[in-house]
Amino acid sequence: MLELRNVSTFYGPIQALKGISLSVATGEIVTLIGANGAGKSTTLLSISGVAPPKRGEILFEGSPIHTLPAEKIVSLGVAQVPEGRRIFPQMSVRENLEMGAYLRRDNAGVARDVEKVCELFPVLAQRRQQLGGTLSGGEQQMLAIGRALMARPRLLLLDEPSLGLAPLVIRQIFATLQQLNREEGMTIFLIEQNAHQALKIAHRGYVIENGVLTLSDKAQTLLDHPDVRRAYLGG
Amino acid sequence: MDYFLELCLGGLTRGSIYALIALGYTMVYGIIQLINFAHGEIYMIAAFIALIVSAILTINGFTGVSILIIAAVIAILYAAAYGYTLERVAYRPLRNAPRLSPLISAIGMSLFLQNYVLLAQTPDFLPFPELLPEFEFMDPVAHLIGSAELVILVVTTVTMLGLTFLIRSTRLGKAMRATQQDMTMARLVGINVDRVISLTFVLGSVLAAIGGVLVGSYMGQINFFIGFMAGVKAFTAAVLGGIGSIPGAVLGGVVLGLTEALAAGYISSAYEDVFAFGVLILILVLRPNGLLGRTVRTKV
Repeated sequence: MLELRNVSTFYGPIQALKGISLSVATGEIVTLIGANGAGKSTTLLSISGVAPPKRGEILFEGSPIHTLPAEKIVSLGVAQVPEGRRIFPQMSVRENLEMGAYLRRDNAGVARDVEKVCELFPVLAQRRQQLGGTLSGGEQQMLAIGRALMARPRLLLLDEPSLGLAPLVIRQIFATLQQLNREEGMTIFLIEQNAHQALKIAHRGYVIENGVLTLSDKAQTLLDHPDVRRAYLGG
Repeated sequence: MDYFLELCLGGLTRGSIYALIALGYTMVYGIIQLINFAHGEIYMIAAFIALIVSAILTINGFTGVSILIIAAVIAILYAAAYGYTLERVAYRPLRNAPRLSPLISAIGMSLFLQNYVLLAQTPDFLPFPELLPEFEFMDPVAHLIGSAELVILVVTTVTMLGLTFLIRSTRLGKAMRATQQDMTMARLVGINVDRVISLTFVLGSVLAAIGGVLVGSYMGQINFFIGFMAGVKAFTAAVLGGIGSIPGAVLGGVVLGLTEALAAGYISSAYEDVFAFGVLILILVLRPNGLLGRTVRTKV
């Protein structure tokens, strides 16, 4: 479904990605793990067209998307839950969800999907009229995921959904991701520092260090890999 | 008492025009944190377009309100085109430049447009026809408020209500608010941010054009420099209300207009600017973010 071929992305003179190649197949959960500043977020921003790559190719369902503007990429069915959640703070929970469906014109369908997201995350249902900026971190993360789902994506990109959340909330969110994958067949590309949680729900994983992929294997194999254990799982 | 009421209504009229122009400053600032110094020039150009169109229409035998409406529509279209072009030419190429660069570009565009009109037209004041209608039913209250002032108040109020509706409820309005709150996220939900910015300039220019036509007709004369002073006043109103805040721009305009009118009426019209800017300084000392401005909290 998604394929990155030799992608290099720069921020001014700084090269954040140094020739990344990876793929995500339909129906998979794939995770990319790495330390701070390794290039994880840049990878997602490159896919979404916010930080377009300077070299290399990004293919979505076989056609190149790395030259398209961000809004075109969303319309093809790629939605992102960005780092730090990026909830619109002065909009209500409902408006935030509706913004996720900005490119859709089927108002009735959008209203139905708001209800679906509220079923998925019941806490959002209670807070529907509350401003996004007043939610707790965990609620904001759920809202960010819900907002991405409102676009009816075929590929869901998530950037560190566990960041700064309590263990219980993290488990709940990861369980929801797994449920989305199993029940709706949602393809998920997940970026995490929390390697343990991510590898537990993923089918496959990649490890990134300083803008280069260093490992790529089945998630279970990575969980047992000595280098991964030492660097990301605390021994 | 009548005198006080008269001053207040006059101040409200003046303030509503300031508010109309201030909205353009504040909307642009809210989205790209740029003070568009050339905004006053759009207002001035719209007044000139309205003058030229109404002259042509008068020669061709048009009369009364039809002139006003046709001239206003054409002035609005021209202003929209100017606003759009201004953003494309002077600001978009500098989107990722340090913040000082677009600011200098804005001052440059302001000077350029002023001098362009100076050369293309004349440095002298040109008489502007009285396009605003006179109502007979206004006669009993004519000592308090004239027909022209009533028209200005009604038009600005309706325009601002329209803008409020647009921003609250339309797709474009939602896209504008999203872009203002988080531009990167706006792109990630599929908003074409460049288009939203363009349309914000167009919208601001339309408001300025409405102001330009109303004031031209009300004051009865225009020249190439009217945009500068109106721009300074409207910018003051925007800062007074809290730049970036739309209700703030309206409130700032009204406060500024009333201050000027009361200072001119009770003290001396020579001092009205002193009081206008005095209020600005006072409010900036007491409330640095303006009357309705939000305190910017940097969240870690």
